[in-house]
Amino acid sequence: MDAFTKLTGVAAPMPMANVDTDKIIPARFLKTIKRTGLGVHLFDTLRYDAEGKERPEFVLNQGPYRKAEILIAHENFGCGSSREHAPWALLDFGIRCVIAPDFADIFHNNVFKNGILPIRLSREICDQLMEDAKQGDNARITIDLAEQVVVRPNGEKIPFEIDPFRKHLLLNGLDDIGQTLQHAPSIDSYESKQKAEKSWMPGISV
Amino acid sequence: MAETKPRTLLDKVWDAHVVEQLPDGTCVLYIDRHLVHEVTSPQAFEGLRLAGRRVRRPDATIAVADHNIPTMGRANGIQEEDSRIQVETLERNVAEFGVPYFPILSAQQGIVHIIGPEQGISLPGMTIVCGDSHTSTHGAMGSLAFGIGTSEVEHVLATQTLLQKPAKNMLVKVEGTLGAGCTAKDIVLAIIGKIGTAGGTGHVIEFAGSAIRALDMAGRMTVCNMSIEAGARAGMIAPDQTTFDYVRGKPYAPKGEALDRAIAWWSTLPADPGAHYDTVVELDAAAIAPMVTWGTNPEAVVPVTATVPNPADEQDEAKRAQLARMVEYMGLTPGQKITDLKIDVVFIGSCTNGRIEDVRAAAAVAKGRKVATGVRAMIVPGSGIVKQQAEEEGLDKILIEAGFEWREPGCSMCLGMNPDKLTPGQRCASTSNRNFEGRQGPGGRTHLVSPAMAAAAAVSGHLADVRELA
Repeated sequence: MDAFTKLTGVAAPMPMANVDTDKIIPARFLKTIKRTGLGVHLFDTLRYDAEGKERPEFVLNQGPYRKAEILIAHENFGCGSSREHAPWALLDFGIRCVIAPDFADIFHNNVFKNGILPIRLSREICDQLMEDAKQGDNARITIDLAEQVVVRPNGEKIPFEIDPFRKHLLLNGLDDIGQTLQHAPSIDSYESKQKAEKSWMPGISV
Repeated sequence: MAETKPRTLLDKVWDAHVVEQLPDGTCVLYIDRHLVHEVTSPQAFEGLRLAGRRVRRPDATIAVADHNIPTMGRANGIQEEDSRIQVETLERNVAEFGVPYFPILSAQQGIVHIIGPEQGISLPGMTIVCGDSHTSTHGAMGSLAFGIGTSEVEHVLATQTLLQKPAKNMLVKVEGTLGAGCTAKDIVLAIIGKIGTAGGTGHVIEFAGSAIRALDMAGRMTVCNMSIEAGARAGMIAPDQTTFDYVRGKPYAPKGEALDRAIAWWSTLPADPGAHYDTVVELDAAAIAPMVTWGTNPEAVVPVTATVPNPADEQDEAKRAQLARMVEYMGLTPGQKITDLKIDVVFIGSCTNGRIEDVRAAAAVAKGRKVATGVRAMIVPGSGIVKQQAEEEGLDKILIEAGFEWREPGCSMCLGMNPDKLTPGQRCASTSNRNFEGRQGPGGRTHLVSPAMAAAAAVSGHLADVRELA
């Protein structure tokens, strides 16, 4: 996973609530055994018509937003399916940060594992950033994870909250399996205890 | 004597699985059961391979292919190349890593959330995960069961644990008796209609109350299955005699004296009197009618007797735009009666409603009736075992005679990853769990209903109130 430290880029305004993971990447594109290559299908139904032609009204089909690295949306972003293909598609397109008033739980977990930073800010601030984002190339937004601030094009700094453990993993690009394996002795002793106390629990074999 | 704080069902199952609590409150949480399917696992196994890691507990893991397998002519193999590659990849991975697997042509094969409880693999008091959001289904057993992404699938395969912070407790209490023609599906749709698609975010919902207690295990699974549609991390129902009776005799469940010991522990899991819930929601079962979703998220739901809402009545501008978009996408007119909506397709199945009880409910309505002209109606049992049981009971004959397609088990048209899809503009009465735009096929229009309501729609040719067919 790539570390996330500081990012300055174009932000795409997407003033929609309940953007579900079927919208981010429809199920028909989940038949892959790889993590890469999904960016072309990101928001497929919103982005292309039935003939596969780009819909000019969709934000990511417009000038500077084709290179957007930040996405700004409304409430409950990423609801629905647990598919990690959603963050993979965002990342493959080039999105490294999503800002919204709140996120669905599983999606929120999944983005962190892929070096994407989800930032929760109030609806009011999201709407201000949405206005900034509408100026496209002329108004780049900076995200500074170490400082925990979003910097608006006018220089105003907006602080955000993040779980310190997740911040640490993101800043250093750490794989959390490696972190967990540091606790292997505790896992071993939990398993021994469970074997004794829950000896009724059968193993699975076919 | 030290006083112990009263705990909820969630608190007790959580506490029993904490391996270690880190200074910031994150817990290393032990996972008892890991269910694996073909869509969200290939990249996880690839990750293990690249890091030279093994599967820590193959004996706590079960794999099955369900999402993109065909539901007809399966013995001839999978025609769609990318689907076939995904299933073959799963089969190679389970062989390489020694993970137990139910092959496609075995009776045990089925939708991962149907077969877990059916095989006795999912048991009360367990922590259960799967790379699928509808893992919440297994919470009906009184377990903590939730969906995870592929990175976490890899994490569980490698460590048998997850890094988690405790969720908040929400209690949804449904008291009273359901009216005729109303089911578990109507209860959960009514709950989502009340609290919204993000109402449960950050919470685990415990469903309780006399109406929940009165449900059989199939109904409880339907309710817990859709917890995720309310945004909750998981749904749970306290284990009771109904649960214990269900578990007894299941292939992988403990037996004899071991089962007695298990039940002794499971009986301690229901919440202590006075346990604290962060949020409490109450519903009156008697006030619930058969429900139908009209829009493109499960919160856009109304009783079958209602009409299509008018977006102009909404005060909030952003919400108004969203409702208008739903009306447009769904091809509706505000004020139109729900029962005037003609349908093209009926889909009965999925992890929400693919159990034997659901097939029985559909057959009871279909018996002696015919699927309306111009309607394609398909029924996809949730597992090979469900299919066998239905055929033993002669339900397949009733359904086929009525004009339903009787198919082989899988996720099928719930998400259209296999050939079972809606075409643009088709309107479908579906027993599945999501009515998102394009969920059942690009341009498809989904109305979520119970199995009895889906069968009623099939024989009527339009959305219909099952109570009027009786």
